[in-house]
This record gives sequence, structure tokens and C-alpha cells, in this order.
Amino acid sequence: MDWGSLDLELIAMQLFSGVALGAVFVMLALGLSIIFGMLGIVNFAHGNVFMVGAYAGVFVMERTGSFWAALILGPLLVGALGLLVERFLIRPLAGRPPDDALLLTFGLGYVLVEGVRILFGSDGLPFATPEALSGVADLGVGFFPIYRIFVIGVVALVLVALWVGLERTKLGLIVRAGARDPEILRVLGVDIERLWLWVFGLGIALAALGGVLAAPMRSVNPEMGNVVLGEAFAVTVIGGMGSLLGSVVAGLLVGVVVSMTALLAPEMASIAMFAFMALVLLVRPQGLFGKPGLGA
Amino acid sequence: MQPLDQTVLATAPPVPRRSPLAGGALSRWRAPLSILALLALPFLLPSQALAVNVLIYGLYAVGYNLLYGYTGLLSFGHAAFFGTGAYVTGIAIGAYGLHPLAAMGLAVAAAGALALALGAVSIRSRGIYFAMVTLALAQLVYYAALQASAWTGGENGLRGFTVARIGLGRLAVDILNPLTKYFVVLAFVGAALAMISRILASPFGAVIEAIRESETRARACGFDVERTKLLAFVLSGLFCGLAGALFAIHLSIVPLDSLAYHTSGMAVVMTLVGGAGTFFGPFVGALAVLVLEDALSLWTPHWQLALGTVFILFVLFLPRGLWGTALARIGAMRGRP
Repeated sequence: MDWGSLDLELIAMQLFSGVALGAVFVMLALGLSIIFGMLGIVNFAHGNVFMVGAYAGVFVMERTGSFWAALILGPLLVGALGLLVERFLIRPLAGRPPDDALLLTFGLGYVLVEGVRILFGSDGLPFATPEALSGVADLGVGFFPIYRIFVIGVVALVLVALWVGLERTKLGLIVRAGARDPEILRVLGVDIERLWLWVFGLGIALAALGGVLAAPMRSVNPEMGNVVLGEAFAVTVIGGMGSLLGSVVAGLLVGVVVSMTALLAPEMASIAMFAFMALVLLVRPQGLFGKPGLGA
Repeated sequence: MQPLDQTVLATAPPVPRRSPLAGGALSRWRAPLSILALLALPFLLPSQALAVNVLIYGLYAVGYNLLYGYTGLLSFGHAAFFGTGAYVTGIAIGAYGLHPLAAMGLAVAAAGALALALGAVSIRSRGIYFAMVTLALAQLVYYAALQASAWTGGENGLRGFTVARIGLGRLAVDILNPLTKYFVVLAFVGAALAMISRILASPFGAVIEAIRESETRARACGFDVERTKLLAFVLSGLFCGLAGALFAIHLSIVPLDSLAYHTSGMAVVMTLVGGAGTFFGPFVGALAVLVLEDALSLWTPHWQLALGTVFILFVLFLPRGLWGTALARIGAMRGRP
């Protein structure tokens, strides 16, 4: 390794790219963790939901010509699909072992991939960076793509909105109570089924938003979901299952680890996050922010 | 008959039985019966290549079932062992000119060693967490193989090794004939089935099922749950590695896809569709899935839409799978007075 060739600017650049990459991981892991925290199930179609989100973004953009419409309508469309999935596929599994919901969403993944192939074709689609967000901005230490700054901004906004929603509203209080003890909540007269329905929809919409945001940064194709699923799991396992703070920290951390590896040893970049996960598991089986007993 | 026994029988809680035929004659003869059924397979299927695939994926699913069906651990990373078995066989033959049988032995050992390493990392995580961890670890192996393209051929897959004859000295047979190849593969699969049947009938087999039913209770009974699970994981990896080795011999190429998520998923689908926790179920599942693929892919490139839909329907309405449900039906008929 020739350290002399690595100037500060390059490292700052790469660090920043890592945060932008990590911001997308945060969206994915948050969706997984919210659904797990409330419904106690792992969504194995999560990567494919991300992929469907990207395609929904393409679809809306083609119809309306507006990236902003795609950014808002895409996740809403996919979130609505999530509501249907919860109502008609997940809910009938109530009372069955948690593995069953996992297996069902795994099967759903096949359906989503083939559905997209039928509707949009098997080849990848281009997703142009919106005009207003293309170009670079000078941040003092170097020039950064404006779109990546935008992605970080959107994710930060979503995080603040989620935090306010969960910690500062009555609905958020009910959701947190539901994650802790659904039975007591039911006794208190809360319609917990309806709560589960909307939380599932929210988790799905977050993954889809991640898909739309990532679309201009990575290629959009029907197979991307299976790659993303492994990444989302690695992040969630590192952060600790069901911990929202863990999702955020691990997402950013993994983003930075991946992009720094890409700088120092490009051929190891795709392996880095999984090796990092194995390392975390050996030291802390429950993940960085997970509670012992949940997973280990 | 003494009346006392009858009262005891009447008041005793119903004995939970995994499979109504377990413990009976069918259970004792399950390996020979399975092999007998498989002997007829190439004459019932449209092509012998399909029959060989059923054998190989059937063994893969049976090895997977040892972990999922019998130990209760839902792994989503078994492609790592299948693919490793296939790649090591191909590399040992192609690059080092090893005898095919030696290459296969090496491949099985490599798959077992990998299972030991991945198991050491993942076995402490429970339930759905275990599924996520094994999936991510298998991705690690996948990307490692993709990067080591000098050894594995990267995205193009591994080529350049063809096995025309297999066996020792004058006992070697020509496996370019599809039917001969089928019976050669069946010899390996049959031996594996006999071993698995023996493992399941051993005290170890009883302990893994106890762990599946209740980990806490098994621990309370004094069993070392972690070590037992790790051993089950390694055994499962060994058999899946053998399936991978046979896969390489069969195809004479190893596609990168053999390490991919899709291949891990196949083990889950076949085991569940056939019947998790039954001896012959995974073969039924492999047969059902591969025949579905064979029939539908003639009509449409989107046959996985049907696969996903069928799988969802099985999870919703037939969680015991084809063979598991059939066994339960037979058991219910027998149990009737």
C-alpha cells in the first residue's frame, strides 16, 4: 500500500461516499427493524421491495417526468402493496411459528422479481440523476456530487420525522408500547391488527424509498434485490436486530467500511461488510446495540 | 389384556408423534426403500439428465433437512457448502489432475471445514437471526469466489474439466452414457442416504430432534446444545458438499450461481415442498420443483413466478409438504379404530 498516493482529499471524498452509501443501508435496515420490532417477523422480500421501489420510481418518472413525484409516489405505491401483503398473506399466519412468515416473504421475493421481469423486462434500466441535483458542490475539502448530499439530507429528514413520530406523538407511544407488549395493548382496547398493518406498510415504504434514492447511484435491474437483501441483513445483524439506533449507526458504519475498503483494496470491497459482520458476531453475537437473548 | 393398562392408555396425554410411521417397519427400511424408489426414477421421467438433477438436488435437500427438518435450524446459506463441494471438485480435477474420487473426497472435506468455520460464527444466533446470519455468510463466500477468479473462473464459472470415467482401475465405468451416470450418482446418493438414516437412528439423532422440540429442555437434560448444533451443521454441510461434488461431475462446469442466494433458497423450497423433518420428503420436493421447472420453462421464461406462488401456497395451506402430509394421512387412517 502506497500511502503517499492517498491525499486527504481523496480520503474525505471516500468517507463522504461511504456516508451516502450508508444512508441507503440505514433506510433498508430501519424498515427491517421496524417490522421485526412490531410484528416479530423478518421480511425476506425486503431486498426485492427495494428493487420494486426503484422500478416504481422509474414508472412514476416516465409517466410524470418528475423526479419529485417519483420520490414521493413510488414509496407510497409500494407501501400500499405492502398493506395488501400484510392483510392477505401475513395476517393469516398469526399464531404460527415465526419461521412461517419468513418463508412466505421469501416466496414473495420470487413473485416480485418475476413480476418486475414481466412488466419491465429482464434487462436493467437507466435511472438518470435529476437535472436539478446533478453536478458537484465544493465543500471545502473537495467536490462532492450534489445528488449524494441530497440523499444524505433526505435520509436525515426521514430519521428526524421517525424520531419525532415515535417519541413525541401519542401514536408513537402506542407503537412503542405495541412493540413491548401487544397483549396488554389489546386489553387496553387498541386495535393492534390495524397498528401492525400500518407499521408493516411503513417498513415497506422505507425500503422502497431507499430503492428510489439509490436508483441513480446503482444499476436498476430485477436481480438487484437479492444482492441488497444480503447487505441489509449484514447491517441489521451488526446493528442488533430490532434496534433503530443500531440500524442507523451500523448502516453508516458499514457504508464507510465498504467505501474505505474500496479505496485501499478495491477487490475486497464486496467482501468487507460480510467479514465485518462475522467479526462483530464473534465479539458481540447480539450485535452492537442488540439486547442479549433476542438473537443470541 | 389387563384393565389397568387400558386406563393408563385412556388417561395418558396423546403422545406427540413426528411422523406416524416413524419407529415402524417403514422407518427401519427407509434407506433401502428410498433407494428402491430412486432406482425406478430414470424410467419414469422424460429425460435422464432431469433424473440425475433430482438425485443431486434431492441429496442436497436431504442434507439441508438434517439441519432444518430435524434440528430445527433454518439456514439460508447452504449454497456455500453445495458450491464449495462443486468448485473444489472441479479445481482439483481441472487444475491438479486429481483422480475424480479423490477430488470428491477433498471437496466433501472442504465443505465440512467451511461448515465448521461458518457454524462457529453463526451457531450461537437463534431462530430468524440464524437465517439472516447464514445468508450473509454465504454471500461472503459467494463474493470471495467471484474475486478469486484465477481459481474459480469468476462470473464465467469454472470450466475445463470433464470426467468421462469414474471408479477405480478396471472397475471404472463410462459416465458419458446418461443412464450409467444416473446409477453411478445413485451409488453415492444411496450410500449417503444409508448414513443419514443411521445418524437419525442414533442417540445423536434423538438429541437433535429434542433440540428442535425444545432447546431449553434439551439443555436442562444435560445435553451440550451448542456442540450438538454445530455437529449437525457440519454433518449437513458434508452431505450438501457431496451433492455439490456430484453436481460438478454431472455438469462438467461449475456456474457461479451454485454459490448464490438462489441455490440456498432452492434447498429451503425443496425441503419445505416435500416435507421438512421426513426422510424421503426432500426427494419428493426436489422432484416436484424440478419437474415444475422442466414443464413450465418450455412455456415461459417466467416459471419462477409459478414457483414463488406455489411456495407461498404451501406455506399458507400445506406447511407439512407433500410427503409429510401424505404420511400424516396414512397415519390418521391407521390410527382409526
